[in-house]
Formats: sequence, C-alpha cells, structure tokens
Amino acid sequence: MTETVALAHNDPYALGHGHGLAVGHGGGGPASKRIIVGYGFWIFLLSDIVMFSALFATYAVLVERTAGGPSGRELFDLRGAAAETAFLLLSSFACGLASIAAAARSARWYYIAMAATCVLGLGFLALEISEFARFVSDGDGPTRSAFLSAFFTLVGCHGLHVSAGILWLLTMVAQVFAKGFRADIMRRLLCFALFWHALDIIWVGLFTVVYLMGVYV
Amino acid sequence: MLGKLSWQAIPFDQPIPLFAALIVIATVIAVLVVVLVKGWLPYLWREWITSVDHKRIGVMYTLLAMVMLLRGAIDAVMMRSQQTFAFRAPGYLPPEHYDQVFSAHGAIMIFFVGMPFVIGLANFVVPLQLGVRDVAFPTLNSVGFWLTATGALLVNLSLIVGEFARTGWLPFPPLSETTYSPGVGVDYYLWSLEISGVGTLVAGINLVTTILKVRAPGMTYMRMPMFCWTVLASNLLIIAAFPILTATLAMLLLDRYLGFHFFTNEAGGNMMMFMNLIWAWGHPEVYILVLPAFGIFSEVVSTFSGKPLFGYRSMVMATMAICLISFMVWLHHFFTMGAGGDVNAIFGIMSSVIAVPTGVKIYSWLFTMYGGRIRYATPMIWSVAFMITFAIGGLTGVLLAVPPADFVLHNSLFLVAHFHNVIIAAVIFGAFAGYTYWFPKAFGFRLHEGWGRLAAIFWVAGFYVTFVPLYIVGLEGMTRRLQHYDVAAWRPWILIAAAGGVLTAIGIGLQIVQLAVSIRRRDELRDETGDPWDGRSLEWATPSPPPAFNFAVLPNVSGEEPYWGVKQRARDRLKLSEEPEYEAVEMPRNSPTGFVCAFFATLMGFSLIWHIWWLVIAGAVGAYATFVAFAWRDRDEYVIPAETVARIDRANRQAREAALARLRRDQ
Amino acid sequence: MAFAGHPRWLRLAKLKQGPRWRVLERVAAIGALALTLSGCDVAVFDSKGPISEANATILLDSVAIMLAIVIPTIVAIVAFAWWFRASNPRAQYLPRFVYSGRVELVVWSIPVLTILLLGGVIWIGSHELDPARPLASPNKPLPIQVVSLDWKWLFIYPDQKVAAVNQLIAPVGVPLQFSLTSGSVMTVFFVPQLGTMIYTMNGMTTHLNLEADQPGVFFGLAAHFSGDGFSDMNFDVHAVSPAEFSGWAQQAGAAGDVLDAQAYRDLAKQSANVPPKLFRLADENLFQEIATQKIPPGPGPQSGGPNPSVSAH
Repeated sequence: MTETVALAHNDPYALGHGHGLAVGHGGGGPASKRIIVGYGFWIFLLSDIVMFSALFATYAVLVERTAGGPSGRELFDLRGAAAETAFLLLSSFACGLASIAAAARSARWYYIAMAATCVLGLGFLALEISEFARFVSDGDGPTRSAFLSAFFTLVGCHGLHVSAGILWLLTMVAQVFAKGFRADIMRRLLCFALFWHALDIIWVGLFTVVYLMGVYV
Repeated sequence: MLGKLSWQAIPFDQPIPLFAALIVIATVIAVLVVVLVKGWLPYLWREWITSVDHKRIGVMYTLLAMVMLLRGAIDAVMMRSQQTFAFRAPGYLPPEHYDQVFSAHGAIMIFFVGMPFVIGLANFVVPLQLGVRDVAFPTLNSVGFWLTATGALLVNLSLIVGEFARTGWLPFPPLSETTYSPGVGVDYYLWSLEISGVGTLVAGINLVTTILKVRAPGMTYMRMPMFCWTVLASNLLIIAAFPILTATLAMLLLDRYLGFHFFTNEAGGNMMMFMNLIWAWGHPEVYILVLPAFGIFSEVVSTFSGKPLFGYRSMVMATMAICLISFMVWLHHFFTMGAGGDVNAIFGIMSSVIAVPTGVKIYSWLFTMYGGRIRYATPMIWSVAFMITFAIGGLTGVLLAVPPADFVLHNSLFLVAHFHNVIIAAVIFGAFAGYTYWFPKAFGFRLHEGWGRLAAIFWVAGFYVTFVPLYIVGLEGMTRRLQHYDVAAWRPWILIAAAGGVLTAIGIGLQIVQLAVSIRRRDELRDETGDPWDGRSLEWATPSPPPAFNFAVLPNVSGEEPYWGVKQRARDRLKLSEEPEYEAVEMPRNSPTGFVCAFFATLMGFSLIWHIWWLVIAGAVGAYATFVAFAWRDRDEYVIPAETVARIDRANRQAREAALARLRRDQ
Repeated sequence: MAFAGHPRWLRLAKLKQGPRWRVLERVAAIGALALTLSGCDVAVFDSKGPISEANATILLDSVAIMLAIVIPTIVAIVAFAWWFRASNPRAQYLPRFVYSGRVELVVWSIPVLTILLLGGVIWIGSHELDPARPLASPNKPLPIQVVSLDWKWLFIYPDQKVAAVNQLIAPVGVPLQFSLTSGSVMTVFFVPQLGTMIYTMNGMTTHLNLEADQPGVFFGLAAHFSGDGFSDMNFDVHAVSPAEFSGWAQQAGAAGDVLDAQAYRDLAKQSANVPPKLFRLADENLFQEIATQKIPPGPGPQSGGPNPSVSAH
C-alpha cells in the first residue's frame, strides 16, 4: 500500500489536485465468476424492468381510451387477480426453498421445491389464460380498444415471462438431474431465482396499477 | 405452406433492385466459392465463426459495420443522384423505390454501421485497456454479434425478396400501420431491429459487467482510460434505452400482426405515444453512438500529442452528465407538434444544456493539444477534422434546440445536414480514427499512411461539399425525403451536394485501396513491438496481434496511464522490467452457440415476415435446443500451458528489448 | 410582454449592445444576406409575415450568440493544432500540463453562461412564438381549417363557407387562425415564408396562427414524409388584399362543386399531384367530424402500388 502511494507521488502524470491514490473501487482484480454472473443478470433484469416501464407508461396513456368499449372497472375480477397474486407469491416462496435446497445440495428437496414452484406458476398461468379467454369470448379482446390492447400487452408480457420462466425451470430441473449441483449450474440457478423473484416484483406493480387502481380509482 | 411468400415477391419487373440483388447474390456466391475452394472453411469455423475471443468478435463486428457502410453509402449515392435528376422530372427512382432507399439508408447507417462499429471497437479494446484476458460473458458476446449480423442479413434480404420499409428510418405510425403500409417492408424493418436489438442489449450487458467487474488489479475507476469510461456510459444507455425500443417496436408489431390499437387511427390508438417512446430511445441512441467516439478521440489526441488527457476528471464528469441528460431531451424531436410554450421551453433548455458537457470535452481535447508534440498520423487527422466540424455541428444542434428556430427548420434538409454533421464528424470519423489507431494492434501491421491521409482529406471535403449546401437548401424551406421537386432556387445546391457525394465516394474508394495496399505491403508496415504509436494505455503493452490470453501476467496497476509509467521506467533505466513467473492460463472454449442461434433467429425472422408459421415454431425450438446443448456441455475452458505463455511473452520482450537497444545506441 | 407583431420583440436582449455583439450579429446577417443574394430567395429569411420575421430573428440571434463561442474555439483548435505540431521547434513541450483549475473554471463557465443566455431566448421565444398564441391585430382573425389528405391539402373557410384543395388564399394583414387535422397519416403544414410549421394528426386538432403582411404567391408544402405521393403534396399561398379575398370567396362559393361528407370521402382516397380545386362548403361541421373521427380516416392503398408484395395483401 505505502509502495503504491509512493509510486503515485513519483508519477509525474498523476492527475488533479489529489496526487495520492486515485479514488475508486475494484482495485482487487477481476471478480469471481459467481459475482460476475449474478451482476450481469441483475443488469439484464434492470433492462427488463425498463421494458416493462415502457409498457406501464403506455398503459397509463391508453387506460382511458376505451373507444366505447368496457373499462377496467367493468371487466376486472379482483378475486381472480388476488388468487393469481397468491399463486405467484407462493411459487416465489417455493423457489426460495429450492435455492436453499440447492445450497444444501439436497436433490430431493430441490426437486420437491421446484415442482411446487412449477405447479404454482402453472396455476397462475391457468388463471390468467382463463381471464383472457373470458374477455375474448365476450368480445373484449385486444382488438376492441386501445385500452384493451395495452392491457393484454402489459399483462400478457408478464405472462410470457412466467411461461418462459417455467420452461427455464424445467430445464434447470433436468440439468440438476443430469449433471448434479455443478458450479456453473449453481450460477444458473442463482439467475433463475433472481428472474422468478423479479417477476413477482413486476406482478405487484401490475396488480396495483392495473387491477386495484382499475377498479377503485 | 409458404405464407405470403410467392414468386411475386422477387422484383423481376424492376431492373434496379433486381440488378442490385443479382450483384449481392453474385458477391455472396463468389465469396463462398473462394472460401470452399481454398479450403478456408475449417479455419474460418474454428478461428472466427465459433470464436468467443473478444478480439475476434470485435474484428467481426467492425467488418460487418464496414460492409454495411458500403451498402448504406450506395443508398446515399442513389438518393443524391435521384435528387440531382428529379428537378421538374421524375428521376430514375420511382417513389415506392426511393422511399425504400432513404429508409434503408438511415436504418442501416444507425443500426448496422454505427452500432456495430462502436461495439466492435469497444469489444476489441476495452478488455485490453482494462488489463484483463476476456470479457465477462464470452459466449453471450458471440451470440450478441451473430444476432446483430442476423438483423443485417434480413435487411439485405429485403432487397431480393419483397421490399424494405417505405416509412423512413423510424417507422412513424399511422403510415407504418397495415392500413397505409400493407406490404412486408415494415415487417422486415421491425423484425430485423427486434432481433439485432436483442444482440445489442446482450453486448451492452456484457460490456457494462466487464467494465464494472472485470478489471486488472489496481485498475480503479479513476484510472480507467477515457475510452473505457465512454464505453461504460454508452452501454449503460444501451441497457436503459434499448428495452424501450424493443417494447415500442413490439407494440407496432402487435398492431400490424394481431390488429391491436396502440398507434392506429382507430379505436383510441395514439400515434403521439409512438413519437414519445421512440425518441425516448432515439435521443439516448445518438449518445450511445457518439460517446465511444468521444472516447476514441480522447485516446488518439492524448497519444499523438504525447501528453495525458487534459482534465481527466472533467471528462469523466462530462461523460456521465451527457449520459444522464440525454434521457431528458427527447421532446425536441417534435417541438412542432403543438405541445405549448412551457413544455417546448423546458425541453429546449435541457437540450441546449447538453452542449455544456460536450463543450467541456472539446476544450479538454484542445488543452490536451496545448503544449503537446502533435504527430499527424491518420488518426490525428481524423481527430482534428472532427473537432472543427463537430463545433459547427454543435452550433446547428443548439440552434435546432431553440423552438422558434426549429419551427422553421424541423424536418428540413437543415436538420438532415445537422445530424450528418454530428454523426459523420463524430461517429464515423471517430470510428475511422479508431480503426486506423487499433488496426496494427489487431493485425500486427499498420495501415498505409499516405492512402489513409488522402482518404481522410476526401472524406472531410466530401462532407463539407455535401452538407453545407444541404444546410442552405434547408434554410430555403426544402424538406427531407423529397423524391422530386420543382423549386428552382434549390437546384444549384442540390447539384453541389451531389458533387460532395462523389468526393465522399472517392474517399471510401481510397480506404479500400488503403486496406489492399496495406495488406500487400504488410511486411514493411509490421508492428514488431506491439506499441506502434508510442501509446499510453495497457493495450499497447501486449504484442500485436495479442495472443488469445492478452496478458501473460495480469498487470498490476498503480496509477493513471499504467503502460506509460512502465514504459518511462524502462526508457529511463534502458532496461525492461524483470521477467515475470509464467503460469498456465485458462481461457473459455469456442462455441458455435452464437452462430447456430443466429441461424435459427434468421429462420424465425424470415418466416415471421412472410407468415410461415410452422417455420417460426421450428426456429424457436431450434434456438431453444441450441441453448440447452450449450448448457449441457461439460468443459467450459481449456488450458494454455505455462511454456506456451512464456514463449509468446518472451518473443514480445525480445522485440521490445531490441527497441530499447536502438534507444541505447541513439543516446 | 405582449407580442408586438415585429421582430423587435427580442428587445429583451438589451444584453446584446456591445460592439462585439454587433460584429457577430453582422457576421450572421451577412451570411444570411449572402445566401439571399446567391440563392434568389432564402425562404426562411425572406419573411412575408410577422411570425416568419420573428423566427428568423431568433434564428440569427441564436447563431450570433453561439458564434461568440464557436469562432474562437475553432480558431484555437486550428492554432493549437498548427503551433504544437511535432516539427515546430519553437513550440514548448509541456507534458505535465494535464490539469489547471483556472482553465477548468473557464471551460465549464463559458458554455454555461452561453447556455444561460440562450436559455432566456428559448424561454421567451417559446412562449411568445407558441403556434397556438393568437396574434395581436386590429383586424378580426380569419379562421381556416386545414385537413391533410393522401396526398393533398384541403383548406376550409368556415366563415366564407368555401373550401379549396391545394390552394390557400389569404388576405394580407389579417391574422390567419389555423385549426389543423389529418384525414389519414401524420404530416406537417409548412409555408416557409410565413414561418412556423405544425403537425397534423388524425383524431386531433392542432392550432397555428400566421399572418401575411405583403401580397404575393408563397410556396407551401407537407414537411413530414407521408407516403409515396408525398413529394407532390404542395400548395401555393396567394396573399391578396382583403377586398380581393372577399371577391374570391364569393366567386368560389358560386362556382365550386359541393363539399359534403360524400365528396370528402372521394377526396380522401389516395391521389397525388392534384390540381387546385374550389368547393362550396355544404357541411359546416365537416372539419369537426374529421377531427373527432366521426368521418373515418382515409383508406390506404386500394389496389396496391407497383410492388407485388403490396398487392399480395
């Protein structure tokens, strides 16, 4: 340390008034793979949240534009949406258990917890699809009005994320089955868990902005 | 079976696109034949197509950008020549073709020239400057590149099968909705950008993680070279802005494919929302392109002035300020939509505020030159041309940020001249400066100076001769995208602009000659030591071209300009530092994931455009299977033994020792 | 700060009294003059109305403000680049000159001050020249409704109960109160010599106030790409005396065809290079019906363009 300081003083090209150690972080060389992967995935999640913000903003702009069709107040069934919320939050809890099981290298509990995550996720999807099907069969599909276009896109985009998550979940189960808890698979599990929890965060926003505010505001 | 696709999609009745298509097909076939006959395919597959080496990927990005630059430049020449002939006459391009040409020109130049050029240079240089062996996600990096290439391929495919968008480089609804654009052109545009947008996002995540988490020991933030800072800022913008583009284009796709009503005239759709969303991406996009170019100029000006960058901290601050403010100015793209005085004034002021950090940057380069010993190699010529030209572009930019002035200049050729003034002067000149500057690092020999200087002179002259008349004709009220016109006062300026187009085309031709001459005379242009320009940052500490592992031993950074410090000590003591202890190096294994994934993405994109639904599903399944196959592999890395590392490093040390010996002799 | 109808409104800038300012303003003005002389008429500076004059003044003043900083910068770039060339033995080599608090202060404060000054111009200019702001005038303003169609302009005079395609007749000295909408895609209404342009959008109405203060024929155009026929979407503005204008309106009302919802639907079909035509306005609420989408927007391409992939749909 003192050596570095001394070097910095000798360095005629040291910048600014400081003339000491340049401030900043990350002096220790490249981070570990686990940190790099987790960090990168966090950044991906941030970008995904930006995409959802664009959809949220669009929804907010179009929510009044019902073009003579039904508004959210007339359409939404809060009990259904509450049940979806329960399914999704419980599945997130199960996903947390799966992470703990993986950390403990317990294959049995890992499979059980992942199965629970999957079933609860599928339950969420089933409820969402039945809601969509009801709207469409009543003639209130996404082509009915700009409001419904925005609704189907925002909620449907989250639903697509959940579907992709389930495919990923199944792949992760197969991977652990085939390869065991290898270091790279543990890193992927970390990413999957982050993804699954992030979908909860988005759903909470969605439930509030679309369903609660749609019915009560 | 084949959706909307039929023989009618091929433009047999239109000679110009048909001819262009034939040339493209002939070129592609010729290249393939040469590759196959010469037996290069295994080499290409092993060393390039499946490579996850950031340097190789960077080179491929840059090559893609340069090939697409040719395509975009041909479009530009067609536009200039059409307007030359189309005075009170129809010219040679009918509107439905001319409209595709200008749409393709803009989309290609931004998405498939500017973006891959800066991302490619960043990919190549950033890990070297940070003193590390690779990027954070090497395989993902390859996926990102190949998805970008997919987008470029689809755009070019539209030349042969079907048509490209006729809606401008940004497809404003309702014109881009099915009612007014029922053809496949807009779909080609949308799918190629959705796919390449994923590639860009991946590149952004990769570079940000690399810069924030993968640096040599001691490489603190305030010791990073300016190029790394600007790449960081640019890629943060990618992460924050590209998802908006993806979402916006997805909404337009839903409108077009499934009858949604986001931006339609009917059922409550709102086209102004498209304007807001697309520019919320679009303005940061400008800075995504230009910030890395600023970084390149910082490196070049400092190196060729023989001085550290003046006001490094100010530069960092200015870069991050631009990064932030660029998200608060989007409305200046439509001051003339009647938003009202308050809104216009606030966005006008915010827009001109960006001129402050940008101005600071110009002064930093200026004072870097002050007291320097400036060597005018080609990169420095591009840089000085940039500084002067960009000052003018900045002036006209701030002018357009003044709403009452914009009220008469919006959408005019004045605007066109302005953004070419900043994009060409900053992004293109910057990319060329970087290309010339880092070429010896990538290939081990310098580009020929004489041809390079001549090319730069023609480019700069071509720029002024083209765009000064366009400024003037914009002040005369000429709007952009006119296929023909009747106003006599515009005519002389359009003719001069066409002459400028010729000069620029000659500049491009000279660059091709430069490349050919340099390859032929590579032995006399050889860079033996790995430090051809007397550089200051860590990339010059490696041999040219650097080995797969970049650094035999990760450098220990103890100050700004670490390589300059090491080099000065060696020069003072006329002796290299002690030979380090070499260890075996683990490097990521190659993977065809990126290429195969892009193959399926191409299938998906093409079949989505032509409504071939079974092929869409097949493509999706194939892409998923590719990732599973990648996830299933057991070995991620291979080991380079310590002896190999030592042999390569000793060879480079020998060359540097020889350079020191020459220095000793001269003293 | 009432709008005076003259470029002199920018008297806010008492700031710009110094001799240096004069020089810069003169440079900008000479540049404009040179353009005017060489290019016959540089539309944006060849103002035929108060708005255009004000636009041009702000434009020139902003250029002058910025030239004050840009010219010295460019001179310094050229000077430093030349003087500090490696082959110049008289130039001092200062490899340690990498930071200077004074220089930093100057390079941050000069752009800030410039932008502060310009910010004032922007703030006041945006409000004074807001397109929706009515012009002060002793004369009663003339309402004109503008509908952009594929690919022609429809001008409706609700008070005179006449309408014209691709021809705008305007009385000199009378404020023109435009309400604009689009019958199909988005585009921009622009008469360079009268000033400020504005977007037209389906389902929405924008507002614009202009005035011609001398008679003449001015070029008008669509200034936002709107499809294949875009290049022919031009019109002439005939600025005539108020007396001539009322004469024209009477004549047009007597001579023209009838414009009602049906005639409008025919007109809304895609066509390019449409010669000027006059109508008698039968349906007084036509504009409102278009702007509120009671009349649906115009259809797109009917039988498709020459490109096969268009007709395949």
